[in-house]
Amino acid sequence: MATPRAGILVLALGLTGSVLTAPGEPAEVMVYTARAHYGQEPAMEAFTRKTGIQVKSFGGDSGALFERLRAEGDRTPADVLITVDAGNLWNAARAGLLAAVDSPEIQANVPAHLRDPENRWVGLTVRARTIMYNTRKVKPEELSTYEALGDPKWKGRLCLRPSTHIYNQSLIATMIKRHGEARAESIVRGWVANGPILINGDTKVLEAVAAGQCDVALANTYYLGRIVAKDATFPVAPFWANQATTGTHVNISGAGVTAHAKNRAGAVKLIEFLTSPEAQQMFADANFEYPANPQAGVNPVIARWGKFKQDDTNVAAAGEHQAAATRLADRAGYK
Amino acid sequence: MAIGSAPRAPARRPGPSPWTCLAVGIAALLAIPIASVVSSLAVPAGEVWFHLWRTQLLGLVGRTLALLLGVGAGALIVGGGLAWLVVHHRFPGRAVLEWALILPLAVPAYVIGFAFVGLFEYSGPVQSALRRGLGAGVGLPEIRSYPGVVVMMTLVFYPYVYLLARVAFREQGAAEVETARTLGRSRTAAFLQVTVPMARPALVAGVALAMMEALADFGTVATFGYRTLTEAIYRVWYGMFDRIAAAQLASVLLLFAAGLLLLERRSRGRARFAQSSRRGPVIEAVRLSGWRAAGATAACLTVLGLAFLLPVGQLAWWAIAAIRAGQVAPDFAALLWHTGALAGTTAGVASLLAVLLAYAGRLHGTAVVRMAAQLASMGYALPGAVIAVGVLLPLAWADHALVPSLERALGRPLGLLLTGSAAGLVLAYVVRFLAVGLQTVDASLGKIPPSLDDAARVLGARAGSALRRVHLPLMRGGLLTALVLVFVETMKEMPATLLLRPVGVNTLAVEIWERTSEAMWPEAAVPALTLVGVGLLPVVLLIRLTSRR
Repeated sequence: MATPRAGILVLALGLTGSVLTAPGEPAEVMVYTARAHYGQEPAMEAFTRKTGIQVKSFGGDSGALFERLRAEGDRTPADVLITVDAGNLWNAARAGLLAAVDSPEIQANVPAHLRDPENRWVGLTVRARTIMYNTRKVKPEELSTYEALGDPKWKGRLCLRPSTHIYNQSLIATMIKRHGEARAESIVRGWVANGPILINGDTKVLEAVAAGQCDVALANTYYLGRIVAKDATFPVAPFWANQATTGTHVNISGAGVTAHAKNRAGAVKLIEFLTSPEAQQMFADANFEYPANPQAGVNPVIARWGKFKQDDTNVAAAGEHQAAATRLADRAGYK
Repeated sequence: MAIGSAPRAPARRPGPSPWTCLAVGIAALLAIPIASVVSSLAVPAGEVWFHLWRTQLLGLVGRTLALLLGVGAGALIVGGGLAWLVVHHRFPGRAVLEWALILPLAVPAYVIGFAFVGLFEYSGPVQSALRRGLGAGVGLPEIRSYPGVVVMMTLVFYPYVYLLARVAFREQGAAEVETARTLGRSRTAAFLQVTVPMARPALVAGVALAMMEALADFGTVATFGYRTLTEAIYRVWYGMFDRIAAAQLASVLLLFAAGLLLLERRSRGRARFAQSSRRGPVIEAVRLSGWRAAGATAACLTVLGLAFLLPVGQLAWWAIAAIRAGQVAPDFAALLWHTGALAGTTAGVASLLAVLLAYAGRLHGTAVVRMAAQLASMGYALPGAVIAVGVLLPLAWADHALVPSLERALGRPLGLLLTGSAAGLVLAYVVRFLAVGLQTVDASLGKIPPSLDDAARVLGARAGSALRRVHLPLMRGGLLTALVLVFVETMKEMPATLLLRPVGVNTLAVEIWERTSEAMWPEAAVPALTLVGVGLLPVVLLIRLTSRR
């Protein structure tokens, strides 16, 4: 009886949608971005000012953008995919969603360990995941490496984000690449043996360290940057892990040109600009991350944490060993 | 569903009736995404399953069951208890509290959960104050725990039971209770032995909704670090990049949903709860006084305070800070418009389908129609992201299979006709939330005495016209409840919206996600508060309309 009406409604919605997704003008780059939560990226606006090319963006979480891009196939409106965590970029590349870009400019802008060996994606910002400690209760001399957090002296004093979070999976994946699965598992088992308090959210973890619920933790530094920008007395500081050995674990947020980009030239131009020192400075200032291009400086708020040695394992390891890392965490009892 | 308790199946000519065909057609459409999830079972179980089995599968199932039982019991006690208090008693503040207790419905679970953890965790203001005041060793039990998550979800989901129970208690005539009293039953005994059993369909429907919500929830369990099947689906999908295994896990979730639906139907059994007359004398409310009155007011206020005032207060606090700092999205009007249009369309479509399904069940209580209704309800227990992928894949297939020839015919490029439009998103919403509408509509339809159907038939009305002229006017309250519940649910939905919305269409939920995914809660407070505000409008409307007697 009333189904025809429902049918018409659905059809009408469909037509409205097709108008919304009518093919764009050539002077426009469509970006699918999982970095949407940083608001309008100033770097995108700068690109438009400079080139006259409009940047349209569609935000979503990494998984959603991946599924959407894959389902849209050769009809996708997206020219560029920007997402967080190297594992997600690796996965998109593996699924054939990203095209290789041979741009000497990009390769000069970003160090080799922060981009795909096959040039399908490149890092835009560097996210260091390192040891955080309560400055009132812990002396930096007591700290050294990720491994050493398994020392019994940290029993009941360690806070971690659950292993379900991709940042931890990537950390473990990189350790697998570096040390092999057996050694990585013994490191994780060391943490678990200390009965870590699991708290979902890096900001929450940092607050727990400040409040004294635990004394040491692992977190990405930009979360601390955001807090100390508002409250300089926050009693937590980063300790650069593994400086004497492998270097501190880093991850990236990064970009790639989609395999079926309608405006490939514009997409390449955008990524070239985003990795340039000028845009990199904007990224660094927007969210207290480290620029992928070493020529750009860091934000003054985090400058006092000093320079550090990055683990130069290619961040692609985060993808290659991600599934293994998840299984390892399950075996080791790291929830 | 109460489809099985339809009054009677009239004698029919052989062959399926149009109503049966309609029900099957609706179910088939809504089953497409579910089928695309279940079809993953055809792929041989991979190494991921072996791994899950060895490390955690039993634990996941056990914890999921424990969560369902805890939340079901909690929602029944809190929602049913409060409904009984406000309907059958008079105490200070009752008039306001009666409707205020519905308000938590407008607050998304992920918002309440976050506000709660923020307030009560070790580094939160409550425990910090305790430590300052009473010494470093003083603290509350860990909130990220099983009791914590059960209390939390009870506070979020009790309104389903409360709403349905309140209407059911109200609509009961006094005659049955008075009979029990005349036969020597105390007031309490009459309540337990007459009022509650008579309200059973509504209570069970509410509890089933609460449990299915708990089953599909990801945001809250993630915040509380409580690992359920739904949480495992995300973990396998995002953490192991294995969509097939994730879909297979989702099929296990569907088993749970089917179990819940079956349980609901069983517990109703053959009971029929139609009232002999729509309006008898009303049960007289007991006037409470002294400590009883104070206790009743305090109970209502505690629940309202924890489930609504506290999180909304926290949001308001953040929102003021955000507005002072100038962190408000520029295109706010567009966000509101998109949110309202999508939720309104979904509410209309879902309620319409719910009425058709429920009425088909009333006319023909056959196994086919019953199964159609159940199939159409399954989506409620599935996480939004799983449904979204279930919608995306067939639509994308259709786009690639059909659009090229259409383009040749029209001579212009069309892009993505289906996946790029709002149609897929509305379909996903309807699949996800139809059960809400169906439960409500069905409970309301079940209360209309079958004699009215017979009378309408005798007077020459066909089934369709009887529905329009007799049933729909009588079930106005239930229908409105269905519309409002679906509207509010849709508005809050996040994962499917993120995946399926057309380019350029942002909603309040998307705006919230853009901030919260990086823990920028103060920045998310303005859209979150707006979402609550917009959700309050239909809730208040509902209260006004269902309060008229």
